[in-house]
Amino acid sequence: MSLPRDLLLRAYRQMKTIREFEERLHVEIQTGEIPGFTHLYSGQEAVAVGVCEHLSDQDWIASTHRGHGHCIAKGCDVEGMMLEIYGRREGLCKGKGGSMHIADMTKGMLGANAIVGGGPPIAVGAGIACKIAKRGNVSVAFGGDGSANQGTVFEAMNLAVVLRAPVIFVFENNGYSEHTGASYAVGSGDIAGRARGFGMPAETCDGSDFFAVYDAMAKLLKAARAGGGPATLEAKTTRFFGHFEGDPMLYRAKDEVARHREQMDCLRIFRDRVGKEGWLQSAELDAIDAEVMALIDSSVTKSRAAAPPSAADLLTDVYVSY
Amino acid sequence: MRQISMRDAINEALHLEMARDPRVIVLGEDVSGGAGGTSGQRDAAGGVFGVTKGLLPKFGEDRVIDTPISESAIIGAANGAALAGLRPVAELMFADFLGVCFDQVFNQAAKFRYMFGGKTSCPIVIRAATGAGMNMGAQHSQSMYAMVTGVPGLKVVVPSNAYDAKGLMLTAIRDDDPVIFFEHKALYPRKSAVPEGDYTLPFGEANLVREGEHVTVVAIGRMVSFAEKALDALAGDGITADLLDPRTLSPLDDETIYESLDNTGHLVIIDESPPRCSVAADIAGLVASNAFHALKAPIVQLTPPHTPVPFARELERAYVPGPQSIEAAIRKMLKESRAAS
Repeated sequence: MSLPRDLLLRAYRQMKTIREFEERLHVEIQTGEIPGFTHLYSGQEAVAVGVCEHLSDQDWIASTHRGHGHCIAKGCDVEGMMLEIYGRREGLCKGKGGSMHIADMTKGMLGANAIVGGGPPIAVGAGIACKIAKRGNVSVAFGGDGSANQGTVFEAMNLAVVLRAPVIFVFENNGYSEHTGASYAVGSGDIAGRARGFGMPAETCDGSDFFAVYDAMAKLLKAARAGGGPATLEAKTTRFFGHFEGDPMLYRAKDEVARHREQMDCLRIFRDRVGKEGWLQSAELDAIDAEVMALIDSSVTKSRAAAPPSAADLLTDVYVSY
Repeated sequence: MRQISMRDAINEALHLEMARDPRVIVLGEDVSGGAGGTSGQRDAAGGVFGVTKGLLPKFGEDRVIDTPISESAIIGAANGAALAGLRPVAELMFADFLGVCFDQVFNQAAKFRYMFGGKTSCPIVIRAATGAGMNMGAQHSQSMYAMVTGVPGLKVVVPSNAYDAKGLMLTAIRDDDPVIFFEHKALYPRKSAVPEGDYTLPFGEANLVREGEHVTVVAIGRMVSFAEKALDALAGDGITADLLDPRTLSPLDDETIYESLDNTGHLVIIDESPPRCSVAADIAGLVASNAFHALKAPIVQLTPPHTPVPFARELERAYVPGPQSIEAAIRKMLKESRAAS
């Protein structure tokens, strides 16, 4: 059965926006204009969007160091994000956070996070707030296969089960924690199985297929919103770039990224499916592509020209009052 | 003598000590890298900063251990291995990740010997990349050495150059107590003259980097090279200083600071960590208690402001003390001191 047209169009727009945002950053970073270290999300778009298309601004997500995709999928302002990554005063976090610390509480986005395993306990807290408010809202903890090996994540999972907190733990298994393969670092290799061991339902899905992620999430969310407690989704996916920009990726087979771009490109898979089913026309998707390219282009142009923070900004925002 | 980078100097120390002492093991995330990868290439990272490159091919997987991202388990396992007779060098990657594993550092490693009545020792080295200057943001740029310096039972090393780093690393691995070894990211590529063989530098012995008469400058880690630049600029005006690099913050060679102050009467401390409860504040307190009468002017502590490390280039530059702010602070201090006398 087809999803509503407007949902399909929005999901495609979101995935395309993430893709072009990241592909453009990959180019712009080489100019040296962008400070710091950047971790790109290209390849994993179907996970962020397949999850976040179920969420409203009143639902929460906690993100990771590879957070741009989650931010866009959750509705963060794209231009504000680009400005932030350039370290500009008008950025979403005034240029104080940068790529690894983009947050927007008004969108239910609890923050990207530079500590692996930092986010899931925070997501449980937001889940507790949802449970107390009794409006059927939920909290989602994004993490990678690397985070599945952090003690903080196990503690968060157990606490969510104990409290029956409405939290969905989404593990994006892209095969690598930094420069080390998941097949080495994740004992048993079965992240969903670990979640079941904590006493929560868990699904595994193809993270390059928007529909697979969307459907798996729908099932888990239905129970969580109805008071059924936490659940876990393990999405098998890939990243098209290195751990960070500049990573020579010596640990990956030379043709792996090209092969994955050929076989696991969630945008192509989405377009093929909606075309074959006759749900959407190629022309309307092409029109979205053009709009997205224009948005990314204008965001970069504006960010390049934008003013940096002033010296006085260094001292503000440490406390609410002091 | 040949010039090598601080990265290579530490790497050389690890090679030397692993070859000399079979009890030494190295463990941490990506210390080799490539395990479970699709290229089949091991040693694909050699540490995210390349400091442990080449250890795996030489010493094998039993002694060069790639771990999952599990800081508490990394440091805890290092502790256990040390109690059981090994001499682990654990890599934490970024010093900020002390936040994830602090129990194993300050409740466990630091206290075993005392709690157990001196019946054991915990000879671990925790290597951690420290400091701002690369726009890595608030959770990857901190200088956290004050936090561990305040914990009895831990030793704390902050090298300022390649030569010191090699000698101090060899001392650290041979030391029977837990040592936290802070390596400034911005210093990794910086080269200096380093002998090829084995040599150690003692803990608790400050290095007198240069001698002078008007002011005593105590600088930590990366701040040493900034202080040198400031002093180069001041030399034109006939202002000279004793520049002291403590090298180890615990134990701290405070005696050398007092001796220098007997000659200069003026103290400037430059520290990259925030001002409250910092090493700068600690040294100022020691001097106020033990060498007050040597002082001809109030002590100057030059540190970042009491804020997290900001991301934007302009803000981070303003945050970290630099050669210009150091030069200005010394000029201001001497001018005010002259006016008062």
